[in-house]
Amino acid sequence: MTRMMTMTEKILARHAGLEEVRPGQLITCKVDLVLGNDITTPPAIKEFERISDKVFDKDKIALVPDHFSPSKDIKSAQMAKAVREFAYKHEITNYFEVGKMGIEHVILPEEGLTLPGEVIIGADSHTCTYGALGAFATGIGSTDMAASMAVGETWFKVPETIKVELSGKLPKWVSGKDVILTLIGKIGVDGARYQSLEFCGDGVKSLTMSDRLTISNMAIEAGAKNGIFPVDEITEEYLSDKAKRPYTPVYPDDGAEYVRTISINLDELNPVVALPHLPENVKNVTEIVDLEIQQVVIGSCTNGRLEDLEKAAAVFKNKKVHPKVRAIVIPGSQEVYLKAMNLGYIETFIKAGAVVSTPTCGPCLGGYMGILAEGERCVATTNRNFRGRMGHVDSEVYLANPEVAAASAILGRVASPKEVEA
Amino acid sequence: MILEGKVWRYEDNVDTDVIIPARYLNIVDMKELANHAMEDIDKSFAKGVQPGDIIVAGKNFGCGSSREHAPAVIKESGITCVVAESFARIFYRNAINIGLPLIETGQNISKEIKTGDILKVDVLEGTVENETGSVKISTEPLPGFIEEIAKKGGLVQYTKELIKNK
Repeated sequence: MTRMMTMTEKILARHAGLEEVRPGQLITCKVDLVLGNDITTPPAIKEFERISDKVFDKDKIALVPDHFSPSKDIKSAQMAKAVREFAYKHEITNYFEVGKMGIEHVILPEEGLTLPGEVIIGADSHTCTYGALGAFATGIGSTDMAASMAVGETWFKVPETIKVELSGKLPKWVSGKDVILTLIGKIGVDGARYQSLEFCGDGVKSLTMSDRLTISNMAIEAGAKNGIFPVDEITEEYLSDKAKRPYTPVYPDDGAEYVRTISINLDELNPVVALPHLPENVKNVTEIVDLEIQQVVIGSCTNGRLEDLEKAAAVFKNKKVHPKVRAIVIPGSQEVYLKAMNLGYIETFIKAGAVVSTPTCGPCLGGYMGILAEGERCVATTNRNFRGRMGHVDSEVYLANPEVAAASAILGRVASPKEVEA
Repeated sequence: MILEGKVWRYEDNVDTDVIIPARYLNIVDMKELANHAMEDIDKSFAKGVQPGDIIVAGKNFGCGSSREHAPAVIKESGITCVVAESFARIFYRNAINIGLPLIETGQNISKEIKTGDILKVDVLEGTVENETGSVKISTEPLPGFIEEIAKKGGLVQYTKELIKNK
């Protein structure tokens, strides 16, 4: 009988053509999707051309110019052009031009290109997002992207797995962002380094797909290799009108080995904020008193989905952005943008005095569309609050959920949505 | 491969945004990009770094983004090796792939070593030693084909040979 395995071990074993794998083992795996963006793909193209002149499968590569796109300057336009020309030359099926594009980790699930049981690698650290759909998904660099575009496989060290047992149900004003920030606050930014986070327990069924995508998205912020959810009715329902390929979900074996178990009771969670300059500096929003802010960003691969905008819009409804605050809302994709418009959220944002941008990663990484000046503070629904992340080295980013961000925009300070409740 | 060089010492959780801020990632030329290496954590680094120097840090070095530009600007700056208590996994992978040697010590030596000290590192043997002998560490050698990738100078050469032999 083969070894009892975790979800990650089972997916890796299947893609390595092995009956079983164990933590620490070095394996070579076939990949189902390789992705890159406008920053990481140009160096990957350079390395790719040293290795090969043809891609392993034009349908299994996704190229999404999103970080500096629509191009912010001549240099980034040159980079986007290099990606575009590569996509044309190799007839890459899943190249997302401006107009079709959005933030890679928002659009690829929408497009049904990231499916349960798959191995997905991307030259972007937030590739781990797709664990929400029961895939093994992890970030790699440009040279790994180049090699896997050539041969369709890559190497992994099988990670140990941490079990994250969720119970209960999320209270009002609390969402996926608070679950993952609370977890990072508990274990630290290297608490799951080289390891897999496997979410399980009764609490999973109370989490929407949007919550799960946000949670898996920030697994990297605990140092994790991936963050994976079991496939359930919510996953199947989400995929029913999207999946582009047949897929085979994988479930953990009873008796699989976990390096440790962390329990989180969702009933007990509060809206939280991660203070500068690490995502582990987590406090309840109510603990942060009279902290003036100058900017709010609602969007990113972490919280740029329709449900995030719905939550923010509900807080902004019939309210105004504080006169000393710039509020920037960035839908994660064209689809999110269009739906948000049809549902009236965009009108709510504009009437409140927020600006709405075309989909882009933009300010999250200090690219453009909302860069901070010296000494400025921003409440953002993004994923990193490292020093200088959104602009000047002496600016500050406070990570929070969309409702906290909206409430903070209205009150001009870090605030709980309870404070602006109608 | 024995390296001896002057130390640049940093604390825990040196992230890829401070190693190379994203505002410069529209720069394609690695030499130009390296002028901004470590800029948001240490403005003196890019000006003062000499070929052969070594970076020493605490835990979780290279956390954050997958940008390969991070190990690439360190290598371009002339740093021959990064010695840290631990590395974030994507940084570790990227460094191996581009041929920047790393030593993961598993213990914090950044407290006993300061910027300007001379450190002796044997990359293949995995040993680290300072001048006074107060720090002397042996680590596990790189496992299996990770060593193969490192010996070939990176993943590109490794993959080329993989394709040729298929």
